[in-house]
Amino acid sequence: MQLANSENAAKDGVGMPEKTGNLTTESKAGRTPMVVARDVDVFYGDKQALFGIDMDILPNEVTALIGPSGCGKSTFLRCLNRMNDVIEGCRVEGRISVDGQDIFDRALDVVHLRARVGMVFQKPNPFPKSVFDNVAYGPKIHGLSSSKDELEEIVMTSLEKAGLIEEVKDRLHQPGTGLSGGQQQRLCIARAIAIQPEVILMDEPCSALDPIATAKIEELIDELRENYTIVIVTHNMQQAARVSQRTAFFHLGKLLEFGDTDQIFTNPSVERTRDYITGRFG
Amino acid sequence: MSSSQHIVRSYDEELTRISNRIVEMGGRVEAQLADAIEAVSKRNSELAQRAIDMDAHVDEMETEIDDLTVKLLARRQPMADDLREMVAALRIVGMLERVGDYAVHVAERAVSLSNMPVVPPVLVISRMGKMVRDLFGDAVGAYAHRDAELALSVWRRDRDLDQLYASLFRELLTYMMEDSQNVTTCVHLLFVAKYIERMGDFSTNIAEHVHYIVRGHKPEGQRPKAGSARIATE
Repeated sequence: MQLANSENAAKDGVGMPEKTGNLTTESKAGRTPMVVARDVDVFYGDKQALFGIDMDILPNEVTALIGPSGCGKSTFLRCLNRMNDVIEGCRVEGRISVDGQDIFDRALDVVHLRARVGMVFQKPNPFPKSVFDNVAYGPKIHGLSSSKDELEEIVMTSLEKAGLIEEVKDRLHQPGTGLSGGQQQRLCIARAIAIQPEVILMDEPCSALDPIATAKIEELIDELRENYTIVIVTHNMQQAARVSQRTAFFHLGKLLEFGDTDQIFTNPSVERTRDYITGRFG
Repeated sequence: MSSSQHIVRSYDEELTRISNRIVEMGGRVEAQLADAIEAVSKRNSELAQRAIDMDAHVDEMETEIDDLTVKLLARRQPMADDLREMVAALRIVGMLERVGDYAVHVAERAVSLSNMPVVPPVLVISRMGKMVRDLFGDAVGAYAHRDAELALSVWRRDRDLDQLYASLFRELLTYMMEDSQNVTTCVHLLFVAKYIERMGDFSTNIAEHVHYIVRGHKPEGQRPKAGSARIATE
């Protein structure tokens, strides 16, 4: 698959000077992007929500998507595991690949895609089942375990990776909905990683949590980065600055700036990014 | 400062207040510096005392601005240019205070010198004094107007001051060797010259921070430097 065409990538160089930079960074680092989006347009009915998004998301990095409400960042996030398919009147154009595979390929099973690209939502949404069953559900339906022992192994490892095991080991068979908000969110993360995804999408995972629960999730995100590629939408600038290595700024459906987080938050190159992150009138 | 405003108006007010206080503090130190230099060249102990007395006020301003800045950092968690503004504010205020301290040191030497015989190299001190006043004034001006070009010019011009210092160093050595009666005066002058040279360095550092605020990075490359007095002694 033709992933990148550096001429195309650089064609509208104004306002996107970092595009060519991206490609250079990657070749320097010698890493192939995990997710590649090219010229992605999204329409809700007649209304266009995203305009020609090009983005390379590197493996084992946290990429933060920021921007004002309605800028298209969540829409873009939902493109990556085709969650937009379920929204009526939503049309996605352009190319997106995950680990080299075109996600719009007709032969591709969308259920399988969503197993590879897991998602964590704003509000923790555990199933009305036990803690154990919440995590066991995915591996069961995807047939990831051949025995009860193996399933238990997956559940325990996932809970451990999600930093939850210590807190729930004595209440595995109590309802997941009985946990605190922060614990529920980590349960949802455990549920997502139980099916061994490559990419984890997070849509404002901390917006319903208190500062301590938020800190735990942020710590967890940093640990998960070792094994997964993470894309996070957040309205909290400091959070984006803390947890991500790369930051993408969306505005009115366009990707205005995409670059190293350190640079974006200390010295953004696009005026609108500056206005947004410093809290000025845009 | 940036023309567009923050959504939260009090944020703008706090930023502006800090910036204004720094410019004000810069003005105070400039006056303190001018008095101290003039005290040396005019052998005027009253001016020297004025420079010394002003220091307490400069120190108070430093504490006050630091406090305002730390509170803003805690309250607003500034980003991008605002973050650079505040990081630079903390540093610049510290440097202004140091320049004030050097002005006091110069003034103290001026008091001693006013009771001693005049040696000709004092004229070079006047020239160095004029030069450092220009450098420091421009550094503060560059901050007040967020003028990166003026900041760069300060950054480049500090070399002239270093050169003058090195030549004065040699001259003083000659006077001391010529007549041991001159040694005490010359040693005082040497200290004064060193303090002035240090004030020049601080002016340069302030200029670097102005450049950082405006452009997002310190001036690139090696700062033009003259051979130091250390070399002159060899």
